[in-house]
Amino acid sequence: MPCRGSYDPPSPPRPRPRCGHHPGSGMTDHALMQQILAFRSQPENQSPHGNFLGLEIIDIDRGKGVVRIPYRAELAGNATTGVLHGGVITTVLDAACGISVICALEQRATIATLDLRIDYLKPATPGQPVTAAGHCYKVTRNICFVRALAYHLDPEDPIANCTATFMITSPQTGAARVARVSS
Amino acid sequence: MSIVELIRLAKANNDFGVLSAGIPYMKTLNIEVHEADGILTVELRADRIHTGNPWLPALHGGVIGGLLETAAIVQLAHDQDTDNLPKPINVTVDYLRSGRIATTWARAQVTKQGRRVANVQASCWQEDPDKPIASLFGHFLLG
Repeated sequence: MPCRGSYDPPSPPRPRPRCGHHPGSGMTDHALMQQILAFRSQPENQSPHGNFLGLEIIDIDRGKGVVRIPYRAELAGNATTGVLHGGVITTVLDAACGISVICALEQRATIATLDLRIDYLKPATPGQPVTAAGHCYKVTRNICFVRALAYHLDPEDPIANCTATFMITSPQTGAARVARVSS
Repeated sequence: MSIVELIRLAKANNDFGVLSAGIPYMKTLNIEVHEADGILTVELRADRIHTGNPWLPALHGGVIGGLLETAAIVQLAHDQDTDNLPKPINVTVDYLRSGRIATTWARAQVTKQGRRVANVQASCWQEDPDKPIASLFGHFLLG
């Protein structure tokens, strides 16, 4: 099993959103997203490190996820300036990417981060929460491609930009798993 | 004591363990610095707060990234002539193996140090340095 980051909840079983908008398929995209949001928002279903940082899921959509962490001085990378450590930005971007991948897949899957590249565009302003919005823009049989942006309030004024790839590590992979991802 | 004073103190006494006093993230995540023959090794003490996937369980990718970045920053603080902390410009983290909730070590090497920018590589491991769980390369703006 590669690296970290599986987001495979053991329970409750997630309904299978076969064809999002098709009548008779059970759940619509919206209902599915609401269910994922409700499930993942419960502290016991979040990663312990996410809980430790106070990470919250703000919004999700097909192939997209927005998360936020509050500012805490004890997470600064420099006590003199109070600017958050890069590790905190990495965590919030990784979380946004991971949840975007989950929301892009048709079925429950175990996923793992393969790589993550981050450009630090400006220091995070001390005292302000950091939001990260991820978008899984391509899903293949084994690999998901994601980008994410970290910002305070305005995505047009970003703190960091990230591109990442995730691997679908569940034993059963294949075309059935591939979802259409909204662009 | 400001970070600049701490770096001066660390260089004067060759004790880079004091840097965690100026880097709150290190204290909060339980990261320590050890020095031997000019090479710094950074230690992440096992703690359940580092867990990403609670069902495996495995280290969070963000913690691994933060550890590698810390290793790069303290090694650069050690190597550079100036006395401020270097700032990350960009980093790429490759995740190679699942990290258990266990003590994790990281070490960085400055590949090229220019006047303003340095290129750094780092890797981290748990039992065997030849089996890294993740590696990083990145550019840092010197302090």
